[in-house]
This record gives sequence, structure tokens and C-alpha cells, in this order.
Amino acid sequence: MRTLTARRVIGACAMLLGVLFVVVVISLRMGAFPLSVRDIVATLFNGVLGRRERIPSEFALVVFGLRLPRIALGILVGAALSTAGAGFQALLRNPLADPYVLGVSSGAALGAILSLIFIPHVPGAIQAAAFVGAAATITAVYFLGRRGGQLDSATLLLAGIVAASFLSAGIMFLMTTLPGRDLRGMAFWLMGDLSSPPPTQNVRAWFVFLFVVFAIAAGAIYLTASDLNLILTGEKEAQHLGVNVHRVKLVVYISASLLTGLAVSVSGAIGYIGLLVPHAMRMLFGNDYRLLIPTSALGGAIAIVVADTLARTVVAPTELPVGAMTALAGAPVFIYLLRRRVR
Amino acid sequence: MSSAAANPGSSLASASPVAKSAPPPRLKVEQVTYAYAAADRSAPNFSLSATSFQAQRQEIVAVLGPNASGKSTLLRLLAGVVGPLSGRIEIDGVGLGDLDLRTRAQRIALVQQESELLFPLRVWEFVLQGRYPYGRRLRFESDKDSLLTGNALAQVGADSFAGRWMNELSGGEKQRVILARALAQEPSLLLLDEPTQHLDVGGKVELLRRLRRLADEHRYTVIVVTHELNLAAEFSDRIVLLHKGKCLRVGSPVEVYDRGLLEQIFEAPLDVDIRPNGRPRVTLRGSE
Repeated sequence: MRTLTARRVIGACAMLLGVLFVVVVISLRMGAFPLSVRDIVATLFNGVLGRRERIPSEFALVVFGLRLPRIALGILVGAALSTAGAGFQALLRNPLADPYVLGVSSGAALGAILSLIFIPHVPGAIQAAAFVGAAATITAVYFLGRRGGQLDSATLLLAGIVAASFLSAGIMFLMTTLPGRDLRGMAFWLMGDLSSPPPTQNVRAWFVFLFVVFAIAAGAIYLTASDLNLILTGEKEAQHLGVNVHRVKLVVYISASLLTGLAVSVSGAIGYIGLLVPHAMRMLFGNDYRLLIPTSALGGAIAIVVADTLARTVVAPTELPVGAMTALAGAPVFIYLLRRRVR
Repeated sequence: MSSAAANPGSSLASASPVAKSAPPPRLKVEQVTYAYAAADRSAPNFSLSATSFQAQRQEIVAVLGPNASGKSTLLRLLAGVVGPLSGRIEIDGVGLGDLDLRTRAQRIALVQQESELLFPLRVWEFVLQGRYPYGRRLRFESDKDSLLTGNALAQVGADSFAGRWMNELSGGEKQRVILARALAQEPSLLLLDEPTQHLDVGGKVELLRRLRRLADEHRYTVIVVTHELNLAAEFSDRIVLLHKGKCLRVGSPVEVYDRGLLEQIFEAPLDVDIRPNGRPRVTLRGSE
């Protein structure tokens, strides 16, 4: 009997942070302008310590101006999607739940596009609209996924897939009727892509905003981790053990929708991360949500940074959307998990 | 209410062999009713009408009746899942409705058919969940929680397979583990919903012996919902007999096991005789 301790959680997180750092350094190295690992590490440390004058200006431009913002965006999106995935899996008591598979990402993307059409210049409107789109979609899928008053696993997944294809059609329609349509923009919303520059000049403030929203939503889910452990063994059992099931589900529902909306608003609908990463973390660290949520967030960050690095290097100088890479890895795993469950 | 309806005054309570005079009783159910309306305008459909009984420490109370007699409704009321339409339920003198969810889970543990486990869980992890009502937020389990989990596993004889996965257990083993989780809650009231349903005869007797021992040694009050007439007669101190949502009789097995009454309720020809230990035994009367 080895109970979970705070020490074990911190240890696992420290290990994953180390992996993330290595992955980030490797990703910073990849690209047209050559940089050595030594240059990168020195630049990063000087940057963190605020000693900007010690960094050669071309290094500063490449690292802080070009490559790091994209990596930071990847970290945010990966962490948000994985945390949302783990949250949806508990909320729906379905190990195959994922924002993309359930159509929630497509709903968020449609919401974001509608806000771009109707209220294009309001700050934060895209994020808010993406959140509303995500929340509305998960509500619809939840009710469509019920049979005889009970949530049915297969019906829920089918409802999600149908919702995703319906909403994607809506996105295509809006994109093609808009003036100045471009295929890259379409790929951004449908497949997920990290190549868009930040929408404002003040990049730092933009990232602070994104990470604060992430911290609030992910923190809210994390505070329910003990409750989610019990809800996973059964809702009525959890209620008898003193869990306020309705309140916990409401918190997770809002927070996971917010995380999905946040990720989709900056990167489009990147698929399967919310399925793949929590599953890998369950295999590595077990099913306890007090450990699963933080490790999934870090694992998601690692996964997206790796996937995006591959996406911009395997067919260089052309770039693939990062969503193509995650789908190449995620879809087979989804099929494997689905078949293992059916058996 | 029918003329046979129980009038559980102090006389019945003191008729119990282990009744204590110490007030207040562990569990007090007073004129509790429950009803639901099938549609908004239709007349309420009574699934339980005025039921009263009491239970003391160390007592086993069997709630007995055929299908659709209101047994499950009574258990749901006692567990606090639903509130009564009228009447009052008290635990150690405190109204059930006045307890918040966690405090209630520290007083009452419910053993019932479990939902299917979607993610694998080890036996000790499952039992450790019984400590949830004593934690706050993300608090990690203390040494005391581990100790009590170990004790609970030992009390049901499951310590030898504490490291196994839940979905690898047999029906009887799983039942014991679910009971262990309830014990880890350190409740004063232990509710069991048809606990013998999926057990063979040996398993049934073993379970009831275990409950008897737990009640005697650890001063639990045990409420068992069952339709096993003979097991109830053998192991319980008090019987609450329900039929079609009415509480027909409350008392010791000998007081409640009236041949005519049981035949009428269970709609079968029955014989009731008293065994040497003073407990009644019910047999199906053959057609010979």
C-alpha cells in the first residue's frame, strides 16, 4: 500500500519539466538560422535573468522574436488541451473523451470565426466566443449521447464525431464565403496550426493573459482532483462518500470548455492531444487525478512542442499544420483504445 | 394505515434483547413518508407511508419485504439520497437533513451494487476512498488513513489480496472489499442494500456472521435490506416488515414472523416454526 504523497507529485512534475526543457532547447535549435545548444542555453538563462545586454542581437531576435513565442504558444495549447481531455474523461466517465473527438474543438473554432466576422476588433472576444462555442457543443453532445436517461459511451462518441463534422462544414462554409479567404486560414481552424503570429504588438502581455486564463481554469480542475477520483468509480457512490457531484461537474464542465476555447482560439482545432497524453500519463503514473492533471498538462506541452518541431522540419522548407502530426499519431491510438474496450 | 400497522413505541424498543436505555437512539425514524408524482398534476404515488422504528448501537435491523414493497425507498431515505415527504430521521439525535454531505458520509456508509469500474483500481486504493469524508480538497492521505484502511481490510479478511486489481475479484471478494470501504468511513450506521444477492449459501452465511461480529465488537448499527426470510430471522435483532409501501410490523423476528401475515405478503404457502435457539424458521409448505 503506497499512498500518493505531495512529494511524488512534485517529483514526477520536476522530471517532466526537465524533459520539457530539453525538448524546448532542441526545438529552438531547429530552423534555418544555426544556433548551438550552448548559445541557446546561454541566451535563455541571460533572458530569464534579465541580462539582455549580454545576448547577441541576432540570437535575441531568433530566440525571443521568432522561435520562443511559437514554442510558448505550443506549451500553452498542449497543456490546455491535455488538461481539458483529462477533465472531459472524468466528467463523461469515458476514457476516450477528447475535445477534438467530441466536437468541442470544432464548436470553439466556429464560435471564434463568428466572433471574427461580427465583432472583429474587440480584445478577448475570440477567446470568449470560442469558450461559448465549446460549452454549447459539449452540452449538445452530452444530451445527444444519452440513451434512456443514461450516458452511453458509444452513442456519446458518435454524437461527438457527427457534431465535429457538422461544425467543420459550418467552418468551411463561413471561410469560403468570407472575402479574402485563404487556405492557410482554413487549415488553421480545421486542423490546428501554431504558425500564426500573436494578434498584438505587446507579445508579453498577450502571453500573460493566455497563461493567467489557463492557470485559473486548470487550477479549478486540479482543486477537484480528489472528487474526480471518486466520480470515476461511480457518481452515486461518490455522492454517498460526501462528494458534491453536481458542483464538481459544473466546475469541470466550465473549466474544460474554457481550456478548449483558449487553445482553439490561438491554434485552431488540434486533435487527439487530450486523448493521447492523459492516456500515456495513466500508463506511466496511474489513474489518480491529483497526479494525472499536472503530469498531463506538462506531457501535453511536451507532446505539442515535439509535434510542432516535427511539423516544421520533416518537409522543410514547407511546414505541415501541427494538427496533421497529432492526428497521424492520435488516430491509430484512438482505434486501438476503442477496440480494446469493445472486446 | 392498516390495522396491522406498527406502533413502535418504547415497548417494542425495549423488547429488543440488546436495547440500551441510553438516549438518544442511534437511529430514529419517525412517521416517515415518501411519495413521487408521476406527472405534475397527478396525485402523488406513495412509495412509502408512515414508517417508524428505532435502532440502537450493536443492533442489526433487517428491512424485509417482497419486491416493490418500499425497501429501497426506505434505504434511500436513510442514506439521505432523498428527503422524506414528511416525518423525521435522526442519527444520534441529529436530523439527517441538517448534516452536510461530508458529515453525513462520516456517520452513514452505504454498501450497494457498485457501478462498473472504467479505470483499473487496486483493492487498497478502492478502500482508501472510504477516507474521503475526512480529507479536505487535495489533502494527501495521512498515516491514520492508511492504518484505518488496513484495519478495514483486515476486518473483512481482505488484507491478503489488498494489492490485486478490483476487476480481478470474485463476487464474494468484491462484496467484502465494498464492505471494507464502508468500514473505512468509520460510520455509526452501516446500510446494506441486498448484500447477499450475488453470493452462494456459504457466502451469505459468512457475510451475516461478519456483520453480526462487526455490530457486536465495533458497536455499529447495521440496517440490511433483504428478502431472505431465514437469514434475517437468524441474524437480526429487529425486523421492519414492508408491503406495498406500508410498514406492517416492527419487532423481533418472533414477533414479526406470523405465518398468516407472511403467507399473505409473500403470496406463498409457508410454515413458521421456532427453532431451539428461539429464532423462527420459514419453510415452503409442500403440496404433499
